[in-house]
Amino acid sequence: MNIIDRLEMEQIKKNIPVFKAGDTLKVHVKIVEGDKQRIQVFQGVCIKRHNNGLGSTFTVRKISNGMGVERIFPLHSPNIDTIEVLMVGRVRRAKLYYLRNLQGKAARIREKRRI
Amino acid sequence: MTKGILGKKLGMTQIFAADGKCVPVTVVEAGPCIVLQKKTEEKDGYNALQLGFGARKAQRTNKPAMGHFKKAGKGMFGFLREVECDSVDDHAIGDEITCGEFFAAGDIIDVTGTSKGKGFQGVIKRWNFAGGRASHGSMFHRRPGGIGASAWPSRVFKGKKMAGQMGNKRVTTQGLEVVDVRPEKGLVLVKGAVPGPVNGLLLIRKSRKV
Repeated sequence: MNIIDRLEMEQIKKNIPVFKAGDTLKVHVKIVEGDKQRIQVFQGVCIKRHNNGLGSTFTVRKISNGMGVERIFPLHSPNIDTIEVLMVGRVRRAKLYYLRNLQGKAARIREKRRI
Repeated sequence: MTKGILGKKLGMTQIFAADGKCVPVTVVEAGPCIVLQKKTEEKDGYNALQLGFGARKAQRTNKPAMGHFKKAGKGMFGFLREVECDSVDDHAIGDEITCGEFFAAGDIIDVTGTSKGKGFQGVIKRWNFAGGRASHGSMFHRRPGGIGASAWPSRVFKGKKMAGQMGNKRVTTQGLEVVDVRPEKGLVLVKGAVPGPVNGLLLIRKSRKV
Protein backbone atom coordinates (compact mmCIF):
# COMPACT_ATOMS: atom_id res chain seq x y z
CA MET A 1 0.00 0.00 0.00
CA ASN A 2 1.48 3.33 -0.97
CA ILE A 3 1.62 6.47 1.12
CA ILE A 4 -1.40 8.10 -0.47
CA ASP A 5 -3.59 5.05 0.08
CA ARG A 6 -2.47 5.01 3.70
CA LEU A 7 -3.35 8.70 4.12
CA GLU A 8 -6.81 8.00 2.75
CA MET A 9 -7.28 4.94 4.95
CA GLU A 10 -6.87 7.14 8.03
CA GLN A 11 -9.97 9.09 7.10
CA ILE A 12 -12.17 6.33 5.74
CA LYS A 13 -15.09 5.59 8.07
CA LYS A 14 -15.53 2.00 9.14
CA ASN A 15 -19.09 2.13 10.46
CA ILE A 16 -21.01 2.95 7.30
CA PRO A 17 -24.18 0.85 6.93
CA VAL A 18 -24.69 -1.26 3.83
CA PHE A 19 -26.93 0.55 1.37
CA LYS A 20 -27.27 1.03 -2.34
CA ALA A 21 -29.32 2.88 -4.92
CA GLY A 22 -33.06 2.46 -4.32
CA ASP A 23 -32.79 2.42 -0.53
CA THR A 24 -34.60 5.04 1.52
CA LEU A 25 -32.14 6.82 3.79
CA LYS A 26 -32.23 9.20 6.69
CA VAL A 27 -29.00 11.21 6.67
CA HIS A 28 -28.14 13.09 9.85
CA VAL A 29 -25.97 16.08 8.87
CA LYS A 30 -24.04 18.22 11.32
CA ILE A 31 -24.62 21.93 10.81
CA VAL A 32 -22.54 24.61 12.52
CA GLU A 33 -24.21 27.94 13.13
CA GLY A 34 -21.83 30.36 14.81
CA ASP A 35 -20.46 28.35 17.71
CA LYS A 36 -23.49 26.08 18.03
CA GLN A 37 -23.80 22.74 16.31
CA ARG A 38 -27.05 20.99 15.50
CA ILE A 39 -28.15 17.99 13.49
CA GLN A 40 -30.37 18.25 10.45
CA VAL A 41 -32.06 15.26 8.86
CA PHE A 42 -32.35 14.77 5.13
CA GLN A 43 -34.61 11.89 4.20
CA GLY A 44 -35.10 10.50 0.73
CA VAL A 45 -34.24 7.84 -1.81
CA CYS A 46 -30.61 7.12 -2.63
CA ILE A 47 -30.49 7.37 -6.41
CA LYS A 48 -26.76 6.95 -6.92
CA ARG A 49 -23.62 5.72 -5.24
CA HIS A 50 -20.28 6.82 -6.60
CA ASN A 51 -17.57 4.56 -5.21
CA ASN A 52 -14.12 6.14 -5.28
CA GLY A 53 -12.33 5.39 -2.02
CA LEU A 54 -12.18 8.48 0.14
CA GLY A 55 -13.87 10.48 -2.61
CA SER A 56 -17.00 8.28 -2.57
CA THR A 57 -20.33 10.08 -2.64
CA PHE A 58 -24.01 9.22 -2.63
CA THR A 59 -26.98 11.20 -3.88
CA VAL A 60 -30.26 11.40 -2.01
CA ARG A 61 -33.44 12.63 -3.70
CA LYS A 62 -36.58 13.78 -2.01
CA ILE A 63 -39.67 15.75 -2.94
CA SER A 64 -39.86 18.92 -0.89
CA ASN A 65 -43.03 21.02 -1.29
CA GLY A 66 -43.66 19.46 -4.68
CA MET A 67 -40.15 20.25 -5.86
CA GLY A 68 -37.55 17.54 -6.37
CA VAL A 69 -34.41 18.14 -4.30
CA GLU A 70 -31.19 16.17 -4.66
CA ARG A 71 -28.27 16.40 -2.33
CA ILE A 72 -24.85 14.86 -2.90
CA PHE A 73 -23.05 13.78 0.28
CA PRO A 74 -19.39 12.79 0.55
CA LEU A 75 -19.65 9.35 2.11
CA HIS A 76 -16.69 9.81 4.46
CA SER A 77 -17.34 13.42 5.42
CA PRO A 78 -17.05 14.14 9.16
CA ASN A 79 -20.15 16.33 8.74
CA ILE A 80 -22.29 13.26 8.30
CA ASP A 81 -23.27 12.09 11.75
CA THR A 82 -25.18 8.91 10.93
CA ILE A 83 -26.87 7.26 7.99
CA GLU A 84 -30.04 5.27 8.72
CA VAL A 85 -31.42 2.80 6.21
CA LEU A 86 -35.22 2.94 6.50
CA MET A 87 -36.14 0.69 3.58
CA VAL A 88 -34.23 -1.52 1.19
CA GLY A 89 -35.70 -0.96 -2.25
CA ARG A 90 -36.04 -3.40 -5.12
CA VAL A 91 -34.60 -1.72 -8.21
CA ARG A 92 -33.00 -3.00 -11.40
CA ARG A 93 -30.56 -0.13 -12.02
CA ALA A 94 -27.46 1.15 -10.21
CA LYS A 95 -28.27 4.80 -11.01
CA LEU A 96 -31.92 5.78 -10.69
CA TYR A 97 -31.88 8.85 -12.90
CA TYR A 98 -35.26 7.80 -14.32
CA LEU A 99 -36.89 8.89 -11.04
CA ARG A 100 -36.31 12.50 -12.08
CA ASN A 101 -38.88 12.15 -14.83
CA LEU A 102 -41.49 10.45 -12.64
CA GLN A 103 -43.66 11.78 -9.88
CA GLY A 104 -46.26 10.65 -7.41
CA LYS A 105 -47.27 7.00 -7.55
CA ALA A 106 -44.98 6.23 -10.50
CA ALA A 107 -41.92 7.29 -8.52
CA ARG A 108 -42.52 4.70 -5.81
CA ILE A 109 -39.98 1.96 -5.22
CA ARG A 110 -41.05 -1.49 -4.07
CA GLU A 111 -39.50 -2.87 -0.92
CA LYS A 112 -37.17 -5.79 -1.35
CA ARG A 113 -38.54 -8.98 0.10
CA ARG A 114 -36.20 -10.54 2.55
CA ILE A 115 -35.98 -14.31 2.66
CA MET B 1 17.58 29.16 8.79
CA THR B 2 17.38 28.02 5.19
CA LYS B 3 14.64 29.43 3.00
CA GLY B 4 14.07 26.26 1.00
CA ILE B 5 13.94 22.49 1.10
CA LEU B 6 13.90 19.78 -1.57
CA GLY B 7 11.12 17.27 -1.99
CA LYS B 8 9.38 14.77 -4.19
CA LYS B 9 5.79 14.88 -5.42
CA LEU B 10 3.94 11.72 -4.42
CA GLY B 11 0.52 12.49 -5.88
CA MET B 12 -2.79 14.11 -5.08
CA THR B 13 -5.68 13.17 -2.83
CA GLN B 14 -8.19 14.95 -0.64
CA ILE B 15 -8.61 15.38 3.08
CA PHE B 16 -11.45 16.60 5.21
CA ALA B 17 -10.61 19.77 7.14
CA ALA B 18 -11.69 20.39 10.73
CA ASP B 19 -14.89 22.10 9.57
CA GLY B 20 -15.76 19.13 7.38
CA LYS B 21 -14.83 20.79 4.09
CA CYS B 22 -13.09 18.64 1.55
CA VAL B 23 -9.66 20.05 0.64
CA PRO B 24 -7.67 18.91 -2.42
CA VAL B 25 -4.05 18.31 -1.45
CA THR B 26 -0.78 17.29 -3.06
CA VAL B 27 1.29 14.94 -0.94
CA VAL B 28 4.97 15.92 -0.99
CA GLU B 29 7.80 13.99 0.58
CA ALA B 30 9.96 16.90 1.79
CA GLY B 31 13.45 16.22 3.05
CA PRO B 32 15.38 15.07 4.91
CA CYS B 33 18.02 17.17 3.16
CA ILE B 34 21.70 17.18 4.08
CA VAL B 35 23.80 20.35 4.02
CA LEU B 36 26.68 19.52 1.68
CA GLN B 37 28.33 22.88 1.17
CA LYS B 38 28.09 26.41 2.47
CA LYS B 39 28.38 29.38 0.11
CA THR B 40 29.44 32.47 1.97
CA GLU B 41 29.45 36.19 1.27
CA GLU B 42 33.27 36.44 1.56
CA LYS B 43 34.12 33.50 -0.62
CA ASP B 44 31.29 33.25 -3.15
CA GLY B 45 29.63 36.65 -2.97
CA TYR B 46 26.30 35.34 -1.63
CA ASN B 47 24.91 33.26 1.21
CA ALA B 48 23.44 29.90 0.34
CA LEU B 49 23.38 26.27 1.37
CA GLN B 50 23.87 23.39 -1.00
CA LEU B 51 21.40 20.66 -0.07
CA GLY B 52 21.44 17.01 -1.07
CA PHE B 53 18.23 14.96 -1.40
CA GLY B 54 17.36 11.46 -2.50
CA ALA B 55 19.78 8.59 -1.86
CA ARG B 56 21.91 7.29 -4.68
CA LYS B 57 24.06 4.15 -4.78
CA ALA B 58 27.80 4.72 -4.29
CA GLN B 59 28.33 2.43 -7.26
CA ARG B 60 26.48 4.90 -9.48
CA THR B 61 28.35 7.96 -8.23
CA ASN B 62 31.43 9.23 -10.01
CA LYS B 63 34.64 9.90 -8.12
CA PRO B 64 34.59 13.73 -8.03
CA ALA B 65 31.01 13.73 -6.71
CA MET B 66 31.87 11.04 -4.20
CA GLY B 67 34.68 13.18 -2.80
CA HIS B 68 32.23 16.06 -2.44
CA PHE B 69 29.66 13.90 -0.62
CA LYS B 70 32.30 12.41 1.70
CA LYS B 71 32.84 15.80 3.36
CA ALA B 72 29.32 15.57 4.77
CA GLY B 73 29.62 11.83 5.41
CA LYS B 74 25.89 11.09 5.01
CA GLY B 75 25.99 8.90 1.90
CA MET B 76 25.44 9.81 -1.75
CA PHE B 77 22.65 11.96 -3.17
CA GLY B 78 20.79 12.07 -6.44
CA PHE B 79 19.77 15.73 -6.37
CA LEU B 80 21.77 18.78 -5.33
CA ARG B 81 20.35 22.27 -5.21
CA GLU B 82 21.39 25.56 -3.67
CA VAL B 83 18.87 27.37 -1.51
CA GLU B 84 19.00 30.90 -0.16
CA CYS B 85 19.92 31.39 3.46
CA ASP B 86 20.14 34.46 5.69
CA SER B 87 23.23 33.33 7.55
CA VAL B 88 25.02 30.07 6.92
CA ASP B 89 26.39 29.96 10.47
CA ASP B 90 23.23 28.26 11.82
CA HIS B 91 24.09 25.13 9.88
CA ALA B 92 27.14 22.87 9.74
CA ILE B 93 28.09 20.63 6.85
CA GLY B 94 26.35 17.28 7.33
CA ASP B 95 23.35 18.81 9.15
CA GLU B 96 19.98 17.32 8.39
CA ILE B 97 17.04 19.57 7.51
CA THR B 98 13.71 17.85 8.01
CA CYS B 99 10.22 18.89 7.01
CA GLY B 100 9.12 19.11 10.65
CA GLU B 101 11.44 22.02 11.42
CA PHE B 102 10.90 23.77 8.08
CA PHE B 103 7.09 23.73 7.83
CA ALA B 104 4.13 24.41 10.04
CA ALA B 105 0.48 24.01 9.08
CA GLY B 106 -0.83 27.28 7.65
CA ASP B 107 2.48 28.37 6.07
CA ILE B 108 2.38 29.95 2.63
CA ILE B 109 4.96 28.47 0.24
CA ASP B 110 6.18 28.65 -3.35
CA VAL B 111 6.77 25.33 -5.10
CA THR B 112 9.10 24.99 -8.11
CA GLY B 113 9.18 21.96 -10.35
CA THR B 114 9.61 20.85 -13.94
CA SER B 115 6.25 20.78 -15.68
CA LYS B 116 5.00 17.74 -17.56
CA GLY B 117 6.32 17.76 -21.13
CA LYS B 118 3.64 18.06 -23.82
CA GLY B 119 6.00 18.01 -26.83
CA PHE B 120 5.68 20.31 -29.86
CA GLN B 121 2.21 21.80 -29.69
CA GLY B 122 0.19 24.13 -31.88
CA VAL B 123 -1.12 27.52 -30.81
CA ILE B 124 -4.55 26.26 -29.70
CA LYS B 125 -3.19 23.98 -26.98
CA ARG B 126 -0.14 26.07 -26.18
CA TRP B 127 -1.61 29.57 -26.08
CA ASN B 128 -5.37 28.95 -26.03
CA PHE B 129 -5.98 30.46 -29.49
CA ALA B 130 -9.54 30.11 -30.67
CA GLY B 131 -8.91 28.43 -34.03
CA GLY B 132 -11.12 28.73 -37.07
CA ARG B 133 -14.50 27.28 -38.02
CA ALA B 134 -14.75 23.57 -38.66
CA SER B 135 -17.25 23.49 -41.53
CA HIS B 136 -18.80 25.38 -44.45
CA GLY B 137 -15.76 25.11 -46.69
CA SER B 138 -13.38 26.54 -44.13
CA MET B 139 -9.81 25.40 -44.57
CA PHE B 140 -8.63 27.40 -41.58
CA HIS B 141 -8.96 25.01 -38.63
CA ARG B 142 -6.15 25.12 -36.07
CA ARG B 143 -3.85 27.67 -37.71
CA PRO B 144 -2.39 30.69 -35.93
CA GLY B 145 -3.43 33.39 -38.43
CA GLY B 146 -1.29 36.43 -39.14
CA ILE B 147 1.88 36.91 -37.18
CA GLY B 148 2.48 40.60 -37.88
CA ALA B 149 2.42 43.41 -40.43
CA SER B 150 4.33 43.62 -43.69
CA ALA B 151 6.45 46.60 -44.69
CA TRP B 152 6.81 47.72 -41.14
CA PRO B 153 8.30 46.11 -39.09
CA SER B 154 9.38 43.57 -41.76
CA ARG B 155 10.03 41.03 -39.04
CA VAL B 156 8.16 39.06 -36.41
CA PHE B 157 8.27 40.55 -32.94
CA LYS B 158 10.11 38.67 -30.23
CA GLY B 159 7.88 36.68 -27.92
CA LYS B 160 5.14 36.24 -30.57
CA LYS B 161 2.89 33.39 -29.49
CA MET B 162 3.53 30.56 -31.93
CA ALA B 163 3.69 26.76 -32.00
CA GLY B 164 6.58 25.08 -30.21
CA GLN B 165 7.71 23.02 -27.25
CA MET B 166 5.18 23.04 -24.44
CA GLY B 167 5.89 21.96 -20.88
CA ASN B 168 9.05 20.31 -19.57
CA LYS B 169 10.30 23.61 -18.23
CA ARG B 170 10.78 25.15 -14.82
CA VAL B 171 7.50 26.36 -13.33
CA THR B 172 6.87 27.99 -9.96
CA THR B 173 3.46 28.01 -8.32
CA GLN B 174 3.28 30.78 -5.75
CA GLY B 175 1.22 31.17 -2.63
CA LEU B 176 0.27 27.58 -1.84
CA GLU B 177 -0.93 26.77 1.65
CA VAL B 178 0.48 24.03 3.84
CA VAL B 179 -2.54 22.11 5.13
CA ASP B 180 -0.79 19.55 7.30
CA VAL B 181 2.71 18.35 8.21
CA ARG B 182 3.50 14.76 9.18
CA PRO B 183 7.09 14.96 10.44
CA GLU B 184 7.26 11.29 11.45
CA LYS B 185 6.79 10.25 7.81
CA GLY B 186 8.44 13.34 6.31
CA LEU B 187 5.24 14.32 4.49
CA VAL B 188 3.77 17.73 3.75
CA LEU B 189 0.21 18.19 2.46
CA VAL B 190 0.00 21.23 0.19
CA LYS B 191 -3.36 22.68 -0.82
CA GLY B 192 -3.91 22.46 -4.57
CA ALA B 193 -1.67 21.26 -7.37
CA VAL B 194 2.09 21.62 -7.77
CA PRO B 195 4.04 21.55 -11.07
CA GLY B 196 5.41 18.35 -12.53
CA PRO B 197 4.70 14.63 -12.66
CA VAL B 198 4.46 12.21 -9.75
CA ASN B 199 7.97 11.46 -8.43
CA GLY B 200 9.18 14.81 -9.80
CA LEU B 201 11.77 16.80 -7.86
CA LEU B 202 10.44 19.93 -6.16
CA LEU B 203 12.11 22.95 -4.61
CA ILE B 204 9.89 24.34 -1.86
CA ARG B 205 10.51 27.84 -0.52
CA LYS B 206 8.85 30.16 1.96
CA SER B 207 6.59 32.43 -0.06
CA ARG B 208 8.10 35.67 -1.33
CA LYS B 209 4.76 37.43 -1.19
CA VAL B 210 3.98 37.17 2.51
